[in-house]
Amino acid sequence: MTQMTFARAINSGLRKSLENDPKVILMGEDIGTLGGVFRITDGLQKDFGKHRVVDTPLAESGILGTAVGLAYRGYRPVVEIQFDGFIYPAFDQIVSQVAKMHYRTQGAVKMPITIRVPFGGGIGSPEHHSESPEAYFTHTSGLRVVSVSNPQDAHTMIQQAIASDDPVLYFEPKRRYHDKGEVDESLDLSAALSMEKARVVTEGTDVTLVAYGPLVKTARDAALAAADEGVSIEVIDLRSLAPLDFATLEASVRKTGRLVITHEASQSGGLGAEVAASITERCFYHLEAAPVRVTGFDVPYPYSKLEMHHLPGLDRILDGVDRALGRPNSLSGLEG
Amino acid sequence: MFTDDAGKGGIAAGGPGNSAESNRRSGGDLVQLITPGGDRVSHPEFDSWVQDVSDEQLASLYQDMVAIRRIDAEATALQRHGELALWPPLLGQEASQIGSARALRDDDFVFPSYRDNGVAYVRGVRPADIVKAWRGNALAGWDPYTVNVATQQIIIGAQSLHATGYAMGIQNDGADSVAVAYFGDGATSEGDVNEAMVFAASFQVPVVFFCQNNHWAISEPVKLQSHIQIADRASGFGIPSMRVDGNDVLAVMAATRIAIDRARHGGGPTFIEAVTYRMGPHTTADDPTRYRDANELEDWAAKDPIARLKTLLDRKGLLTEELEAAVAANADAVAKELRSGTINMPEPQPLDIFKHVYSTPNSWLERQEDHYTRYLASFGDPAEAASEEGAR
Repeated sequence: MTQMTFARAINSGLRKSLENDPKVILMGEDIGTLGGVFRITDGLQKDFGKHRVVDTPLAESGILGTAVGLAYRGYRPVVEIQFDGFIYPAFDQIVSQVAKMHYRTQGAVKMPITIRVPFGGGIGSPEHHSESPEAYFTHTSGLRVVSVSNPQDAHTMIQQAIASDDPVLYFEPKRRYHDKGEVDESLDLSAALSMEKARVVTEGTDVTLVAYGPLVKTARDAALAAADEGVSIEVIDLRSLAPLDFATLEASVRKTGRLVITHEASQSGGLGAEVAASITERCFYHLEAAPVRVTGFDVPYPYSKLEMHHLPGLDRILDGVDRALGRPNSLSGLEG
Repeated sequence: MFTDDAGKGGIAAGGPGNSAESNRRSGGDLVQLITPGGDRVSHPEFDSWVQDVSDEQLASLYQDMVAIRRIDAEATALQRHGELALWPPLLGQEASQIGSARALRDDDFVFPSYRDNGVAYVRGVRPADIVKAWRGNALAGWDPYTVNVATQQIIIGAQSLHATGYAMGIQNDGADSVAVAYFGDGATSEGDVNEAMVFAASFQVPVVFFCQNNHWAISEPVKLQSHIQIADRASGFGIPSMRVDGNDVLAVMAATRIAIDRARHGGGPTFIEAVTYRMGPHTTADDPTRYRDANELEDWAAKDPIARLKTLLDRKGLLTEELEAAVAANADAVAKELRSGTINMPEPQPLDIFKHVYSTPNSWLERQEDHYTRYLASFGDPAEAASEEGAR
């Protein structure tokens, strides 16, 4: 076990994938000489060369479209989208090509492309640098979507994503890049928890609190604070956003009878809606209260001096927990 | 608003005398080796690239062009009879497609658009597989790796990036094959085609951009896409280009060979504008009389790619009764194969809808498949249930 930052854990995972498979090729803007604007690919071009770690022109559709061609040729491209809000020029290539190629060709052409996306807010940046676009992609058949919440998962799951024969969107919580954690770099990928599985990070009995990416830490903090008040929260880190691991979610909700989902992304049509609807369908008679969503508002990502209002924090999450428990909360007295 | 007359009536302006080298730097004048009247005219640089084309090969090019025109006509008829949902005719573009595709090696890899059915035919795709997607029996008719032709792209220009990425892979592998992107004049307005040229130029990868300027993007004339000649767009990216008569199979073949040879030997990308004309509708669902002049169609009919090759063969004394019979018999056989292959195509099964979305099992999809299987089973006979569903 080694103590390392989230950023270093991804870097180390990328390095191992480059070492283990000559077909792995990294592509993106500023990822080579500079090592990426967040230094996630630091040192990799120097060690693996310009043909394995490729600085591309500034064209996101171009990056994804050429990655499709490389995959056609048998390569395993790992693409970096510099910031969440820059992914939209590549939307057509991701949704119309990457996601559909395997289906279109009846399995003949595989698209083992990993798309790394630093996402989420909380770092005081200008517009287009703090978004949470994951629901666009969880809604797209043919893609797998994961989000990591800690250095060990970041290290392991980037390798699992690259090894997957399906395209994977890998969402990295950029405000956690400098958080440190213990990482076992020798962990055998096949022995590690599958990237499709959710994980119970804090066991509890009163409420199931579902989070992913940057909010897993916030959710754990909320659980600790609630414990002081005698409320037992079970925190689940989704890890896989598509497909969702309903088995783990169902087992928890059957136990607690209450469900709170939190994410930074806007509420309507978001992942919280999918979790709430599916769990309601599957566990209706185990629910003691309506599922509660604690999310970003249905606004464009706001200017940074207001972002703390947009991002669900510990107190707003606990307010949602109170609502699920039928305890006094900010919406007490309101119907619906 | 659009003062430039780029491309319009361009073929008449073509002819010998221009330097191929200047053609490669910028679009320049139109290169032509066979006139619309069937005369073989010489060209100081392009001639050498087709001097090995024997009488037999010339006849064989003719046979392919006649065959693909027949496929086109048969497919249109099959659509009218309800056997195909849609068909995008390539009528008029036979020389562009056959001449370019015949310049490729088996290990070169083609990324075509939906109209490049002549290219697919030359590469060995079976006639029934060419129409499979147009019948609605699959999203694509063939396994790309069996013929080194990607499935036909419907998103305009998207495949130009795939070809460029594939060429990046060829370069990484140290191989000497070439990727070829086929697209039309309308596609050159798309961001993807422009981004493809940026990537191809920056990395100097072995890719050929083969643009069939057929003058129409559904109802939009080429002058709406570009204020300059299409081929001249390439120079802005530092990519050499050629502008050839796309109804002249030899000029197209020569240009493609030049571009392929350059790419194969490390010279990077080339852009070819094959100036041709879409004689038919955009698809069988289109009505071109709403947007284009009948006179324009007549003008281009006089430049027909097959008629001029036939005249050339005749003048060379090659158009024997024997050849004509063989060409007709081949076209008949291909048409028969297409018809029977289409009509007897196995129907997809209901649960095929769930196949190949992912390469490994997916828990969401498995549940939906399970539920739909139960739903179909609730009717007793799943096949009957499926046809009931379809009838609604």
